[in-house]
Amino acid sequence: MRLLSYLLPWQFSPTACAVFALTAALYIRGMAVLRRDSIHVGFWRPFVFFLGLAVNYAVMQTYFDFLAQHMFWIHRLQHLILHHIGPTLLVLSAPVPVLRAGIPGPAWRVLSNPWVSGPIGRLWRALQHPLIAPVIFVGLIYFWLIPSIHFTAMLDQRRYLLMNWSMLIDGILFWWLMLAPREAQGAAAMRYGPRCIILTAVALPQIALGAYIALSSKPLFSIYAICGRAWAISPMLDQQLGGLLTWIPAAMMSAVGAIVVLHHVLAEDRRALTREACAQASAAAGASAGAAA
Amino acid sequence: MNARRAARALALALGLALCGCTQRQLGHHLTDVSGLVAPLEFHMTDQDGVPVSAASYRGDVVMLYFGYTHCLDACPTTLATLADAIEQLGAQSRRVRVLFVTVDPRRDTEPVLKRYVSDFGPQFVGLRGTDAQLTDMIKRYRVSYHYEKPDASGAYEVDHSSAVFIFGRHGRARLLAQTGAPASVLAADLRHLLART
Repeated sequence: MRLLSYLLPWQFSPTACAVFALTAALYIRGMAVLRRDSIHVGFWRPFVFFLGLAVNYAVMQTYFDFLAQHMFWIHRLQHLILHHIGPTLLVLSAPVPVLRAGIPGPAWRVLSNPWVSGPIGRLWRALQHPLIAPVIFVGLIYFWLIPSIHFTAMLDQRRYLLMNWSMLIDGILFWWLMLAPREAQGAAAMRYGPRCIILTAVALPQIALGAYIALSSKPLFSIYAICGRAWAISPMLDQQLGGLLTWIPAAMMSAVGAIVVLHHVLAEDRRALTREACAQASAAAGASAGAAA
Repeated sequence: MNARRAARALALALGLALCGCTQRQLGHHLTDVSGLVAPLEFHMTDQDGVPVSAASYRGDVVMLYFGYTHCLDACPTTLATLADAIEQLGAQSRRVRVLFVTVDPRRDTEPVLKRYVSDFGPQFVGLRGTDAQLTDMIKRYRVSYHYEKPDASGAYEVDHSSAVFIFGRHGRARLLAQTGAPASVLAADLRHLLART
């Protein structure tokens, strides 16, 4: 009974439940559609995808949300998951073909209507611009941590939801741009070299902000003292832990991202080499066939 | 080109957000929370055992505070400051209410609450709810409380929010007073709220 109360939403959000349920349903339908065409997605891709969905859902719609509202460091952990870890899992599971297969025909026709796809495409390309995406990524972290903004976000339910959704959506956009293989990104695919530069560039301001919070000698976020903390902890320790979470694991995610990018580079090289070898082999075969004739 | 337009839109949005979102600090310990904090709404029982709701106090300026009667320092200090501010209002003090919501309903029975709030003045109301009613209220006002470990005699302390939420006469949240807000400043703000229709 007690366990159940921890798993239930602290503040039920119909939007969150609808979004997560719809996404899961699309994915499951997509797997079924692909299986009909004898395409099996295997175990790991769905596993990583649902793990990504589950961690995002858990920090938004369980008792964890209460702790995040009343403890600064748990709030930082919540954003580490919504903005970094959850989106990374979702992107690494390469879910687009499965989700695409899961969209029912009529819905897809609506989405591919130029009146709908045009504006969405323009917005998408603007948000995925290699200069804009990292600015939004870091900008959102800084914006919601401006003490006076943070104060209002923790006091007002609507702003709080806006804050968390902005982190999740931007997280998916940013890590998609960084981690998706080029062939999955389509026409506007981003090259791997600049991705590593961006990953480094976003790590530095996160380190600076995290260190500033962790090493600050006075409390920066008064709201937790005013509205009460989730359990007894010294305000400074709470702030230091929150700063460390902003500083180290968040910046580490850039290193993880660089490893994924490196993996893509190597995989692409391997494919190119194989193609070259095949081409040489077939050329040689052609030449010897010509000689034999 | 697209990128530049998007960057401009982004800068504009950020600028607007910065103007609109920041907390408006009034004086030193009072913050304008109009439109941020939920309007006054609850169902509880008062110190006389009468079921009450926000509607029972419509027309009055309401100060809402969460605490418990065994509280050693924070609650008596805050309530005394509020009493002091109310006294400075003179005749207008009839239109002001302090709702003291207990976060320790097990020990704060109605008689205990009644004795406690009557010490501070006729404007003070002690509210006690079921677990569900109290949980609804702390979710609504985004505050928290938790019980400390009991000592050998079974006495325990409760950590709770320190905020005083102040609502206008129509039940809309107006101000948030923090610990240390001087009674004279509070009184001036209460007068201002009483003058608004």
